[in-house]
Amino acid sequence: MLKKLASAAVALTMTTGLSGPAFAQDLDGTLRIISDMSNPAPREVMEGLAADFDAMHPNLTVELDIVDREAWKSQIRNALSANPPDVVNWYAANRMAPYVDSGLFMDITDWWDAGDYEGLESVKGALTMDGKQWGIPYTYYQWGVYYREDIFNELGLEEPETFEQEIANCQAILDSGRKCYTIGTKFLWTAGGWFDYLNMRTNGFDHHMALARGELSWTEDEGVRQTFENWRTLIDMGAFVDDHQTYSWQEALPFMVNGEAAAYLMGNFVVPQLRDAGLGDDQIDFYQFPAINPDVAMGEDAPTDTFHVASGAQNVEAARAFLQYVTSAEVQTEINGPDGLGQLPVNANASVADDEFIQQGFTMLSENATGGIAQFFDRDFPAEMASIGMEGLQEFMVFPDNLDDILARLENARQRIYD
Amino acid sequence: MTIATDPETQGWFQRNRMIITPLLFLLPGVAFFAVYVISPIFQSFYISTFEWNGLGSLSEQGEFVGMQNYSELMADRNFEVSLWNNVKWLALYLLAIPGGLFIALFLNQTIRGIRVYKSLFFFPFVISQVVVGLVFSWFYLPNVGLLNVVLGWFGTEVNILGNPDLATYGIIAAGLWPQTAYCMILYLTGLNAVDPEQIEAARLDGARGRHMLWHVILPQLRPATFIAFVVTIIGALRSFDLISVMTNGGPFGSTRVLSFYMFEKALSEYGFRMGYGSAIAVILFLIMLIFIGYFLWSMWRDERDARR
Repeated sequence: MLKKLASAAVALTMTTGLSGPAFAQDLDGTLRIISDMSNPAPREVMEGLAADFDAMHPNLTVELDIVDREAWKSQIRNALSANPPDVVNWYAANRMAPYVDSGLFMDITDWWDAGDYEGLESVKGALTMDGKQWGIPYTYYQWGVYYREDIFNELGLEEPETFEQEIANCQAILDSGRKCYTIGTKFLWTAGGWFDYLNMRTNGFDHHMALARGELSWTEDEGVRQTFENWRTLIDMGAFVDDHQTYSWQEALPFMVNGEAAAYLMGNFVVPQLRDAGLGDDQIDFYQFPAINPDVAMGEDAPTDTFHVASGAQNVEAARAFLQYVTSAEVQTEINGPDGLGQLPVNANASVADDEFIQQGFTMLSENATGGIAQFFDRDFPAEMASIGMEGLQEFMVFPDNLDDILARLENARQRIYD
Repeated sequence: MTIATDPETQGWFQRNRMIITPLLFLLPGVAFFAVYVISPIFQSFYISTFEWNGLGSLSEQGEFVGMQNYSELMADRNFEVSLWNNVKWLALYLLAIPGGLFIALFLNQTIRGIRVYKSLFFFPFVISQVVVGLVFSWFYLPNVGLLNVVLGWFGTEVNILGNPDLATYGIIAAGLWPQTAYCMILYLTGLNAVDPEQIEAARLDGARGRHMLWHVILPQLRPATFIAFVVTIIGALRSFDLISVMTNGGPFGSTRVLSFYMFEKALSEYGFRMGYGSAIAVILFLIMLIFIGYFLWSMWRDERDARR
């Protein structure tokens, strides 16, 4: 795979004759990258990227540090403050805000304007803040309902398209002695996914984003109440597995693998986990979260992972060349392919891997997400609002009767955080 | 030694060496203590009067807000929960002391292989807190955890770590396991130092059972009890790792303690409020100060008595 990447890169420079200062003159010095791609497959991809980029530029040394993905979420602030590296991994949208506001990410609007990132126009918005661009995406993935195809077949169920069908399906699944959905909310964000979808389907994408920007009241807004009402319908049916507040998302997987629960609302990264657990592709399938309010267009969650240049970067030229390299169509096709990340490429000219789930996700996002594409609860809402919010969502899933109290708390937090 | 008696002929250093030498020996320790312990305490006070996200410099990006962080704390329900949890930890963790004493008395006998039993009882203290937390969270797991398998035989079940009313007690129980072992070791060494003649004398006077324990053994174990008290209080106040591993502060924040809440607000994934976190740290410090003051006073009193 490393060889393939290298040859793709060479072909890229030779055939397309990329312009721009980055490729025009050769680079020297050291390029320091800190990456959070610590899971086995992403790690291999990242190491391949660094090695190939190093090989392309004989005078340049690429120094790569891979940090545990969870640990990086709190380490990034230290890494960027003192003796910063040139390039780091992070996430799009509001998750960038603290670093953008503190001037720790470099403003790379000029590079976008210079045409470094051809084919990335559609994802530019997620990297834009205050009208400027602060990084580049390298991969994204769809969210949706992953379900046990064999259980659906056994019960004679179809993929639902409306909330009524969803509820009817769920009732049939419950009657067969299973739970409809597995979920593990110990680390909270999984509940954020459910809220994202229920709210985008009930009130639409624009309402959801207005809520994320703090423009709507949690207590006064009728739409928000309606979202929780819909959620409550599922909770009262007993649709979710019991004791979910005790499990991480991985610990909730066995319910689906063992057939005790029929579906999982999750990102596409769940697929390799299900396959590794022994489910065949005839047992897993995917459907888009069904419509609830027919009047609103479908919005989707598609979290984007990114690269940024630290504002204290030493080797800016090399960093620029690296970002351009990562986003080029050939490299995008390679790293997001089935041997790499197994996700969606950000470059419109790259080809999408021939995988049942990646293809379905690509079609869904490009054809049936007319409402808009959100990042995710904890990336669209400001950090503190996200953390307080997701804690409230978890409490709601366990004690739905506490809703008034929870909403009052969220409203209180909103008025303090956004002012 | 009568040669160098004339103070006028000696150098300044020579004359004052009885004072200077100990000061020189103390200097490295005092310097490190001042830089790494004393000054951060005052820095925390200082930062707690700012609204600052911890990125960039305090003077440029921080906004002075005075006592606002503290007044917000007073109205913060999560802070109240964390504070009460700290109180629960402090009170219940002390159970490790009688527990350790009981096991130590039980093990303080000479039978074959007693050393093996002692090491087995001491074993939990050797394991890392993180592992203890992990083991207990598996033990508590709903459906498949050992606790619920056993409870299942009686037709009942309980998800301790998923229940906001029980979760903190579940974590404290996990913490008591190694802490009891620690106290046991302290008492076992203490029991070695108990004067056999006094026991003999007490026995001749007819003291037995709990009278013997209360009036003869325990007074001699006072130093061990003091140390056990100190380490248990310290252990209770730094219960961070168990909480982080077992519940991550949840469900919905019901198991947070002050140290965990401080971390969450200031340093965690979603925490960018250095000032608010510092305010929590200051409160925690003031609570600790009560105990630290008591320990220092108690040690000072003992030394004074010993010198008499």
